[in-house]
Amino acid sequence: MRLEYTDRQQRFRQEVRDWLEQNVPKQPLRSFDTEEGFADHRAWEGKLAGGRWSAVTWPKEVGGRGCDLIEWLIFEEEYWRASAPLRVNQNGIFLLAPTLMEYGTDEQKQRFLPRMATGEDIWAQGWSEPGAGSDMAAIRCKAVRDGDHYVISGQKTWSTRAVWADWLFGLFRTDPDSVRHHGLTFILLPLNLPGITIRPVQQLNGQTGFAEIFFDEVRVPVHNRLADEGAGWQVAMATAGFERGLMLRSPGRFQQTAKSLVELYLRHQAHADADPSVRDAVMQSWMGAEAYALATYRTASRMAKGAQIGAEASTNKIFWSELDLLMHETAMRILGARAELMPHAPDAGDIGNWLDGFLFAQAGPIYAGTNEIQRNIIAERMLGLPRS
Amino acid sequence: MDFTFEEQQVAFRDAVRKFLMVEAAPEMLREIWETESGRSRDLRAKLADQGITALSVPEEFGGIGLGDLDWVLINQELGYYAIPDSLSDTAYLAAWMLTRLPSDISLKKAWLPRIANGTARIALGHPVNPFVADAQLADLLLLWHNDEVHAVQRDQVKLSFNPSIEMSRRLYKVEWKPTDATRVAPARIGKDLWEGVLNRAALAVSAQQLGLAQRMLDLGIDHSAQRKQFGKPIGSFQAVKHQLADVAVKIEFAKPVVFRAAQALATNRPRAAVHVSHAKLAACEAAWLSARRSMQVHGAMGYTWEADLQMFMKRAWALDAAWGDRAYHKTRVAKFIFAEGAELGPGDTFN
Ligand SMILES: Cc1cc2nc3c(=O)[nH]c(=O)nc-3n(C[C@H](O)[C@H](O)[C@H](O)COP(=O)(O)OP(=O)(O)OC[C@H]3O[C@@H](n4cnc5c(N)ncnc54)[C@H](O)[C@@H]3O)c2cc1C
Repeated sequence: MRLEYTDRQQRFRQEVRDWLEQNVPKQPLRSFDTEEGFADHRAWEGKLAGGRWSAVTWPKEVGGRGCDLIEWLIFEEEYWRASAPLRVNQNGIFLLAPTLMEYGTDEQKQRFLPRMATGEDIWAQGWSEPGAGSDMAAIRCKAVRDGDHYVISGQKTWSTRAVWADWLFGLFRTDPDSVRHHGLTFILLPLNLPGITIRPVQQLNGQTGFAEIFFDEVRVPVHNRLADEGAGWQVAMATAGFERGLMLRSPGRFQQTAKSLVELYLRHQAHADADPSVRDAVMQSWMGAEAYALATYRTASRMAKGAQIGAEASTNKIFWSELDLLMHETAMRILGARAELMPHAPDAGDIGNWLDGFLFAQAGPIYAGTNEIQRNIIAERMLGLPRS
Repeated sequence: MDFTFEEQQVAFRDAVRKFLMVEAAPEMLREIWETESGRSRDLRAKLADQGITALSVPEEFGGIGLGDLDWVLINQELGYYAIPDSLSDTAYLAAWMLTRLPSDISLKKAWLPRIANGTARIALGHPVNPFVADAQLADLLLLWHNDEVHAVQRDQVKLSFNPSIEMSRRLYKVEWKPTDATRVAPARIGKDLWEGVLNRAALAVSAQQLGLAQRMLDLGIDHSAQRKQFGKPIGSFQAVKHQLADVAVKIEFAKPVVFRAAQALATNRPRAAVHVSHAKLAACEAAWLSARRSMQVHGAMGYTWEADLQMFMKRAWALDAAWGDRAYHKTRVAKFIFAEGAELGPGDTFN
């Protein structure tokens, strides 16, 4: 065990830090759940790509730097430390790309990855449907083969950033006679095809962060299929594996929040200490963020030595989403009667954007597989308890 | 950056695990409770044969000269099997302290080889603990007095036994008189030594708590896979599954905190004490949650003397306040994170 960075890793950190210092916008960008904000964030992705920072773990040929997971963690730490903009193409870069690299043809990789890295194509995910939430195998949206096209009809929902995104990846039922996880196929499609209607859905904060997508005989070329017809479930599950679980939420994010929470508490200590449980919650928050970082470094090290990470990955999702709630709930309690104010309220003072983070934290235990589903997975696959 | 143990460390741990699985069955532990000393010479001798007592003793004194990282793995196993023996007090903590005593070679020569071969028991009296564990059997007591270290023979102290609900605990109030003859390190040196012992002791407890947490989880899993109600194993009910899944999450995120604390002590990191306190808090929380949840899924059986769960639960409860209660360790963490200019954010983890 060696918990020190190598010289190379330290130089890498410095390089990231220097670049971010010079390039991170001084003013925070507008929310990427608004049309202008989305454009701002797309431009930022382009800037990141210009420095070859948008997808550091990818191979060099497709716009990355071939970084290992430890370097990725370093990059992410610096990124959050610098309060750089949220990643509007996160679903593409961190979730689709690893799948594409594993299952895509060379042609598909060349076609999709470089444009993803630059933010020219922003990707949305299409798994959920009105009748298929936690039970993803209940997907009904169908893709019927017609020559060298699939004809897609049906509906997807809760698709993050689909309002302004360019492309969608998701699962569609290609075998009409199939049930459950058989007969599903992984398909990539542009969101501007004829027959697609996108209906924005407002989230808790009033912005249209996700959308419903309606398909009315939408024709998608067969070469937009990832892996074999009918293999969609396995492909989707493989990518729900650890690397994805790890990359969805890097520890830097929570460490930055924990640090801000400590600062918030210290600024408001006189008032906050009137409720003695607040101080404890602040400490738990910092310790939780630290534990999450340590656990991630440990996992990255084990993977570097060839360990396979299985159902343990489900513990991650539960841990960070509950930590995020704890931190934001604590911030709200510290802010007291001002916590409910919108940041532009005239007497908002230094309340910052805790409210928005608090609202978003409510979704953490739901998206990316609810925490109840994660607990089922842990119980059955990690602990070996009998299936229901 | 490499957050994994060396192959030999894991191999040694596995060997100890195999040995304890055979030699420390719960029935045997219950038999040892019944003895007056609460300790088994036979078990201690076998542990010595495994090389555990020699682990921390320098090679020049007949030991293997290993350290904190090796012990963190072994202590997990000692916790998992609820070994009723303050083995690590002697072989880890006392060995660590004696090795670092100033120039007093005679004491080292007298005791370190005996620690290594398993024939000495040494008890430690630190003011953070109101009692001294296993003082009744100690051949030597290392006692705190105003930061000085005193080495005292058992016949120089007066002991009063304080029974614990945890049947394998043997706690004693120790009365004694410090003299020039008993002093083996002055306060100026002793302060750091006691701090080092306290951190290692708290780390040892943390690792044992991890082992206990895992054991209670395993007992809960076994029970809920076997016990049937409503025509099915109770483990197939989601309410039962989720109770145990929560424990798995707690353990998974306490482990790296404990391992990092060990590494920080082994390499003398400036923040080691904070890491140890964090480890102790995280591990104790995991152990208590595991006790509570395992108790719950056991039903009434968990509330009996007969079920083995009790030995692990009671140990987890007892160790919670050993070598610093939660208030003590939270205070140390608070002092760090609420200090001006504390480095708390992303990228600061390994400072
Ligand atoms: C902010 C946000 C962004 C999202 N982005 C996307 C996206 O980009 N693309 C996409 O496809 N989807 C997205 N989703 C949808 C998300 O994947 C689903 O919300 C999630 O899978 C749960 O499905 P559901 O909402 O239908 O809830 P349901 O499945 O109806 O669940 C409701 C409740 O019942 C519980 N429950 C259901 N089944 C079980 C069970 N077997 N055992 C125990 N409890 C159970 C759940 O845990 C939950 O508490 C997003 C959701 C949110 C909140």
